[in-house]
Amino acid sequence: MLSRTADHLYWMARYIERAENVARMLDVNYRMSMVPQADGGIDAGWGATLSITGLEDAFRAKYPAATMESVLEFMVFDGSNPSSIMSCLRMARENAHAVRGTITSEMWETTNDTWLKMRDYPRWKLSGSEIGEFFEWVKFRSHLSRGVTLGTMLRDEAFHFIRLGTFLERADATARFIDVKYHMLVDGKAPPDAAADYYQWSALLRSVSAFEVYRKVYRDLITPVKVTELLILNDQMPRSLRTSMVEVYENLLAVSNYRSKETQRRAGELQASLKFGRIEDVFARGLHEYLTQFIVRVNDLGNRISNDFLVPMSSS
Amino acid sequence: MANPSSIYDEMNGADGTVRAHYAGYQKWLAETPPERIAQKRAEADLVFHRVGITFAVYGEEEGKERLIPFDVVPRIIPAQEWKQLAAGLRQRVKALNMFLHDVYHDQEIIKAGKIPAEQVLSNSQYRPEMQGVDVPGGIYAHIAGVDVVRAGAGEFYVLEDNLRVPSGVSYMLEDRRMMMRLFPELFSRYRVAPVEHYPDMLLSNLRAVAPAGVLDPTVIVLTPGAYNSAYFEHAFLAQQMGVELVEGQDLFVRDEHLYMRTTQGPQRVDVIYRRIDDDFLDPLAFRADSMLGVPGLLQVYRAGHVTLANAIGTGVADDKSIYPYVPDMIRFYLDEEPLLNNVPTYMCRKKEDLAYVLAHLDELVVKETHGAGGYGMLIGPRASKEEIERFRQLLTETPERYIAQPTLSLSACPTFVDAGIAPRHIDLRPFVLSGKDINMVPGGLTRVALREGSLVVNSSQGGGTKDTWVLEI
Repeated sequence: MLSRTADHLYWMARYIERAENVARMLDVNYRMSMVPQADGGIDAGWGATLSITGLEDAFRAKYPAATMESVLEFMVFDGSNPSSIMSCLRMARENAHAVRGTITSEMWETTNDTWLKMRDYPRWKLSGSEIGEFFEWVKFRSHLSRGVTLGTMLRDEAFHFIRLGTFLERADATARFIDVKYHMLVDGKAPPDAAADYYQWSALLRSVSAFEVYRKVYRDLITPVKVTELLILNDQMPRSLRTSMVEVYENLLAVSNYRSKETQRRAGELQASLKFGRIEDVFARGLHEYLTQFIVRVNDLGNRISNDFLVPMSSS
Repeated sequence: MANPSSIYDEMNGADGTVRAHYAGYQKWLAETPPERIAQKRAEADLVFHRVGITFAVYGEEEGKERLIPFDVVPRIIPAQEWKQLAAGLRQRVKALNMFLHDVYHDQEIIKAGKIPAEQVLSNSQYRPEMQGVDVPGGIYAHIAGVDVVRAGAGEFYVLEDNLRVPSGVSYMLEDRRMMMRLFPELFSRYRVAPVEHYPDMLLSNLRAVAPAGVLDPTVIVLTPGAYNSAYFEHAFLAQQMGVELVEGQDLFVRDEHLYMRTTQGPQRVDVIYRRIDDDFLDPLAFRADSMLGVPGLLQVYRAGHVTLANAIGTGVADDKSIYPYVPDMIRFYLDEEPLLNNVPTYMCRKKEDLAYVLAHLDELVVKETHGAGGYGMLIGPRASKEEIERFRQLLTETPERYIAQPTLSLSACPTFVDAGIAPRHIDLRPFVLSGKDINMVPGGLTRVALREGSLVVNSSQGGGTKDTWVLEI
């Protein structure tokens, strides 16, 4: 497969996944904002949402304060923000457009249709009670495009590059979700209020569709250690770091080439550490430090995948 | 030539009766509730949008994509008529390929005095780089999109030969798919010759012209990229043939061979179905500012290590200033009388022709010799005084850039318009493939001028398309 084609497929998948994760993040924050909180708690939540994305500077340059309205505008519609849902779906569509001969027509139609609907999405719907409907819509479009991929794509190289993009993006997003919530609850200024804690942790679970999952797995009260264990180490939880990295590793093996040995080794090492890791050790080391390190390693893998497969190489 | 006032209607005879091959359709139309057809037309719009069968329009807001209007009334061609048309097309394309081979080798036709040397050798589309280069099978125009119009019963004229990078075949295929989806019952009433195998035919044609000694050739489609107006078609054909869709940046030359950059390392390329004009193919040989091509490609091509379809330099045969000589080419190379008519053409570079054209601007169609897409042309009978004066000026300044032809009375086909069904002018672009043999799928792309009375069918000028049915019996 052409390197450029693989690049488009990989980024198409990453942008779709990113749009979904942004929607998840905003959705949870929106729900949280309906829970009674101490003064400033609501806006602090929207500020924290921004910090996940690492876009605070770009945001401050355009908006005076992090309120629900301004953050939603910035993260949903603002085309100048490369991580807004609008930008992600546009980029997903443009990448798909460039390889529409490689993906199935169902995939192309799904991605194109998502973009056309997003472009024309009525803005007033985001200022009213229908906002939740919008986030659901974004998530379902992502489910749909994943489903169409699984249901129609030949299990060839193209498929593996799509999956690589999906899971690398997801690993990064889940790690950031955990990190931010943990910050707010343990290091941050949130008052030691058990009820608020409960809502924060359950919100984190909901943000990755894991609230019911948690109950099923632990049949227990919601505790920070178990929540993080589920989201980091569980091998059955589809959005956990472990599941994501196992997928990254396996898809990487499937496309391996003459220059990707070291990348495979690093991906293998990372997924092995998640397979055999213990949550006690994660906390002993410090959760924040652990997650920061994880995000760095995921980024490193992303760069290495680009160099090994995607960037048009010189004549060698 | 038919009188412009007596327009040939594809469906209805002059006496108001429905032509035999449209009788079944007419009956279906009468039986089908208008609401159902309206609903199907809306469905077609929706599907075309979702599928993204769009084209970009130059000069409009960047990235803006438009839908080519699709009309649900098919253009039906009886079997016998197609047989004659197909024979004429084969003959014409065969002669054109022989002409190209001759131009780039011994130039017998010039020596024989059939075509003036300067018409060929001073033509901007003539590529001296191709002189003496042998191409596989002596085929230059592997894909020809010959534009044909009907003036009267059995009276077909070729308007243009389009031997460079003719487009539109994807619409032919999508229009058929759409018609079968919307109105499956029509296909049980009519035996319509299939066209769906075009991509297979194209692929085997391309494989057949691979460089000598390559047993399992790698074929690619070379596109200028996603922002090209015909990108949809490039992607569509690559997908349908199961070959890579490649941009210039994906290719590189090493040791006189061409490679593409893949996730598994460099891979040899043998045949390029290129959808990029000659000028942009190789910045080292042609336009240095081209970002679309591959540096060194010409050298690989001349060495015979890659096949380009179409070949470099085919424009010298489909240029409007060469067009008037095609009937002579057929006589010269094949020793046959042309089966298809040429439109009488005034060459403005000739003094006496120019004088006639200037005196009859309000009756004639004036075209740029290198123009395409319906840009830069004057349709005398419909032009304003200002337009006519502007062309008078242009013709006086650079007569050699123009030809003129009588205004043909294009046939019309019933078409859905705002006010119901009304006749609109149509043409036909069959796609003729040359490799080991000459092949085509029955029919082609029918384009329709949607504005009342308009003769311009180009999609960039508000034209639409119709499914084209060649009947099997």
